[in-house]
Amino acid sequence: MKRILELEHVHYAYHTPEGETPALTDLTFSVNAGEFLAIVGPSGCGKTTLLSLIAGLLTPEKGQIRIYQKPLSESTTNIGYMLQHDELFEWRTIYQNVLLGLEIQHMLNASTRQHAHELLETYGLKQFENARPSELSGGMRQRAALIRTLVLKPDLLLLDEPFSALDYQTRLNVGDDIGQILRKEKKTAILVTHDLSEAISLADRVIILSRRPATIHQTIPIFFDLDNDTPLNRRDTPEFKSYFKLIWKEMNEHE
Amino acid sequence: MNNLSTGQKNYLHQRRQHRRIVSFSRILILAGFLLLWEATTAAGIIDSFIFSSPSAIAQCFFRMILDKSIFLHLSVTLYETILSFLLVTIFSILAAVLLWFSKKLSEILDPFLVVLNSLPKSALAPLLIVWLGANQTTVIVAGMSVAIFGSILNLYTSFTTVDPGKIKLIYTLGGRRLQALSKVVLPSSIPSIISNMKVNIGLCLVGVIIGEFLAARSGLGYLIIYSSQVFKMDWLLMSIVLLCIMAMGLYAIINLLEKWCIRKF
Repeated sequence: MKRILELEHVHYAYHTPEGETPALTDLTFSVNAGEFLAIVGPSGCGKTTLLSLIAGLLTPEKGQIRIYQKPLSESTTNIGYMLQHDELFEWRTIYQNVLLGLEIQHMLNASTRQHAHELLETYGLKQFENARPSELSGGMRQRAALIRTLVLKPDLLLLDEPFSALDYQTRLNVGDDIGQILRKEKKTAILVTHDLSEAISLADRVIILSRRPATIHQTIPIFFDLDNDTPLNRRDTPEFKSYFKLIWKEMNEHE
Repeated sequence: MNNLSTGQKNYLHQRRQHRRIVSFSRILILAGFLLLWEATTAAGIIDSFIFSSPSAIAQCFFRMILDKSIFLHLSVTLYETILSFLLVTIFSILAAVLLWFSKKLSEILDPFLVVLNSLPKSALAPLLIVWLGANQTTVIVAGMSVAIFGSILNLYTSFTTVDPGKIKLIYTLGGRRLQALSKVVLPSSIPSIISNMKVNIGLCLVGVIIGEFLAARSGLGYLIIYSSQVFKMDWLLMSIVLLCIMAMGLYAIINLLEKWCIRKF
């Protein structure tokens, strides 16, 4: 398996005049191509910081982040980042929202436009292309946000609690939906969440972080022997419960 | 219309009734005021030399339309107001963008802007006359001076309160600060830019009139100061009425612009 992402002894701290708040200490892990990794941990343990570091929005104070063996700063690999809220712009239509990333990266041409139309059609938003975000349900908005990310053809996808703003029913459906979309597109993805069942239903591997300053407490591979391995089907199996108990125990043991 | 329920009909009826009362009362107040004014001056209860009267103001207005002198004064004031308003709009957006780009610059300039904003701008007018001369430039700069500092501060504040999540999104899509500005900050600030314009058009008119008081040979401000000096109260009150109408008209234009923007964005 090819390694897409490697983190080595990554440290990060926030600085204010009142003092220093270490957020991450000595994080080392890697992600293989095609893998779906979930990172769980208590609220405020630095999960979003970790994704911001991988996306290159922040620079680690110590340690190395490499993508395809190249340091992050020299890498040209496209990293997609899905935020907690969909952040669709009300002054643009859904189609224009989806094109935002292409516009910014100056990749807007006939074939990328075509690709955007195709993705909207595949994921059931074709009839809403000219709608404003406020006309869509929470689930559809989140799907539009995913398409906005996917249309840039990212090699690595970062998901920052993308379902946390949704109500429970929508959350299960959208989680299932997006999980299947990502499997179908064979994307490598890192999901951070504080929702254990979400992590288990989506991931191939779960990393448990400790309280802040976050370190890796435990890594647990997840495997379900299912013909139709979807997030919702996973939730029905007996293994789901035992994974849940195991991770729950690990997380609380540490406190 | 037949398929409306009684409740809905009642509701619509009450709504119409309410609107009718509001419009009727407005007209009644204005008409009553004018009538009272006219009657009391005609009866000699108040002195028409000092208070003028609606009919005298109207006559004066028509005389000035006939000799065309009113068009000069109106167009001069309108031109100066619109020009200073446009300059304020352009400069304050540019300045707010600059401040938004550089946190250092905004922190350095903040106390100066606050002081300039709270300074009574009428105090600057005599200074402007000395520097720029008693001409139209002075009037336009006086109009700008009233609005510009507050406008910069307000726009900068609205730029900095843009949802940080939306700005983060731009960075996650590979954008830089320039794209954050053009894709998020400016479009999401359009409502506050327009409400800022609504305030500015009124302030520019104030500044222009102050400027015309001191440094003009034409315009409504000049007409007001001149007529008060020669005790032509008809002229003075007519100018004030025209100023009211002009202010309303300018405000209405910005309102139209706002409606157009809401439809478009």
